Amino acid sequence: MSTSTNIKFSDASMAEIQKIISRYPEGKHKSALIPILHIAQAEFDGWLSAETMDLVAATLKIQPVEVYEVASFYSMFHLAPVGNCVFDVCRTSSCWARGADDIIAHIGKKLGIKPGETTSDGMFTLKAVECLGSCGSAPMLQCGASYHENLTPEKVDALIESYRAAGKRRSYTDRDYKNTL
Amino acid sequence: MGKKLLIQNDKVGGIHTLEVYKQHGGYASVEKALKTMTPEAIVEEVKKSGLRGRGGAGFPTGMKWSFLAKPEGVARYLVCNADESEPGTFKDRYLMEKIPHALIEGMITSSFALGAKTSYIYIRGEYFYVARILETAIEEAYAAGYLGKNILGTGYSLDLSVQVGAGAYICGEETALLESLEGKRGNPRIKPPFPAIAGLYGCPTVVNNVETIAAVVPIVMMGGDEYAKIGIGKSTGTKLISASGHINNPGVYEIELGLPVEEFIYSNEYCGGIWKNKKMKAVVAGGSSVPILPTELILKTAKGEPRLMSYESLSDGGFATGSMLGSGGFIVYDEDTSIPMNLYTFNRFYHHESCGQCSPCREGTGWMEKVAHRIVEGHGKATDIDLLWDIQKRIEGNTICPLGDAAAWPVASAIRHFRHEFEALIPKTAVAH
Ligand SMILES: Cc1cc2nc3c(=O)[nH]c(=O)nc-3n(C[C@H](O)[C@H](O)[C@H](O)COP(=O)(O)O)c2cc1C
Ligand code: SF4
Ligand code: FES
Repeated sequence: MSTSTNIKFSDASMAEIQKIISRYPEGKHKSALIPILHIAQAEFDGWLSAETMDLVAATLKIQPVEVYEVASFYSMFHLAPVGNCVFDVCRTSSCWARGADDIIAHIGKKLGIKPGETTSDGMFTLKAVECLGSCGSAPMLQCGASYHENLTPEKVDALIESYRAAGKRRSYTDRDYKNTL
Repeated sequence: MGKKLLIQNDKVGGIHTLEVYKQHGGYASVEKALKTMTPEAIVEEVKKSGLRGRGGAGFPTGMKWSFLAKPEGVARYLVCNADESEPGTFKDRYLMEKIPHALIEGMITSSFALGAKTSYIYIRGEYFYVARILETAIEEAYAAGYLGKNILGTGYSLDLSVQVGAGAYICGEETALLESLEGKRGNPRIKPPFPAIAGLYGCPTVVNNVETIAAVVPIVMMGGDEYAKIGIGKSTGTKLISASGHINNPGVYEIELGLPVEEFIYSNEYCGGIWKNKKMKAVVAGGSSVPILPTELILKTAKGEPRLMSYESLSDGGFATGSMLGSGGFIVYDEDTSIPMNLYTFNRFYHHESCGQCSPCREGTGWMEKVAHRIVEGHGKATDIDLLWDIQKRIEGNTICPLGDAAAWPVASAIRHFRHEFEALIPKTAVAH
């Protein structure tokens, strides 16, 4: 049942995973699957490879297929490699009404990519996504754990520069989020 | 100025900390409930308050609580729905981010009332940073003895934790949420059984919205009868409204139910009027799922009465001329807005979010997106408007969960009230076929 993998979680991640599992009643440890997938995605290059998902299955002592079917259901899990910084730009009604399409076009032009694509240096991925609960500060984008709101082309330019200068991979699990509202 | 019960202290510096929250009266409901009240007495106060679920459906909370099965020796759960993914809705995020202890206090008092010993807050994955804020506040509450074993020496014990989702609107539907919390795909369950009988791990479970649970705090403090005096008729209490779109002051406002819609839109205390001195064209009053209304029908009912921010007034006239309070996601559109293009953003949303279990929803949402897309792109066929109408009719009422209806209603209302805008986009040369 457990699959052999060549990768393993860091000690810090293992400690966090144990803490998460302890929140559920005896035998209900599968509840920890989604939180652990977030940790795995952040730790192993920002996406969930088959190898990473097998590690999650082995860690939780469940079948790999149980992990694949969950990972493929949720839009925050990347099943193919992505850039260091994924720009999730909201395109739904309230953001659309306040210029989201222009923001998406501006980012695309600046980075030379279309929604769904990654820059050739692997730094940025652009995604057009659905409502992120920031409709009153539209237009907006999410990168890692940070919400960047009330965007203008100038703000977007500055954001791209600061992310590029930092050169870091950003994850939804980041604790050093910086919200711009 | 209307009464505020939930976010009156949102601007107080440090209110996210337990210390400042307590200085402003925080955790008094836990003291009162656990030390002086029985669980049954709390449920009774919630019933008397007339509180209705703030997640969208408006079901009476006290009644929902009294349906909870209590078999001997079986665990019961309280799960807070913080999935908040209905487009136009961002009030729960505001409450949790600014005053996390308001939700935690409500969770403790409510869990005690329901006899839950383990409770979860299920929050949408995109709100990861809000989950961190809640986790910090929960740690503070454990350290202060409001959570954990033998709370305040009363013998009642409760564990509370936050569970993050991973991007799926459907996980806001309560049974999909429970599936997700069990580590599965977010496919809604067929009801019955209802969660009150068989919910999380097959045990009796109550699922309530963030704002509903936070409202239990003032209800316990002032008593159900006093709470019921606030608001109007069967719309008791206050409501958080997320205001967005073409207004001068987007944001989250706590209103007393019964406030005139016109005052909400034009008063500087709230939305502050339409941006850029433009005129208003339409409003979606309760999140993307509720019918869109043109200016004349959002300000006044078909009978000519002023429309009020309440469950009853917003739905006055049924779907022919009314809408719904829903989640309180209030989106305003100015005179230059293309209603068909706006509808297309909703079609795209529901297609993306359909879990795919029932064919009318899975196929219908995709088909509506496709048809709406060719209309807004200027190559619609003469029959396309009727086709959209027909598809939404076939989805409505024919699905496992209400997402199907939620996808259908925006289409029906946009065509009902703004058919001319769709017609104007169909090329004159398009022949019916
Ligand atoms: C597709 C769909 C999405 C929903 N999303 C949410 C949500 O994000 N938050 C919420 O509280 N309720 C949501 N609901 C309603 C829940 O199913 C449920 O009625 C609610 O959580 C009950 O809590 P309440 O009675 O306190 O409102 C949704 C329902 C559907 C059908
Ligand atoms: S109505 Fe749509 S979202 Fe709901 S269960 Fe059916 S397919 Fe899934
Ligand atoms: S519509 Fe963009 S965040 Fe809600």
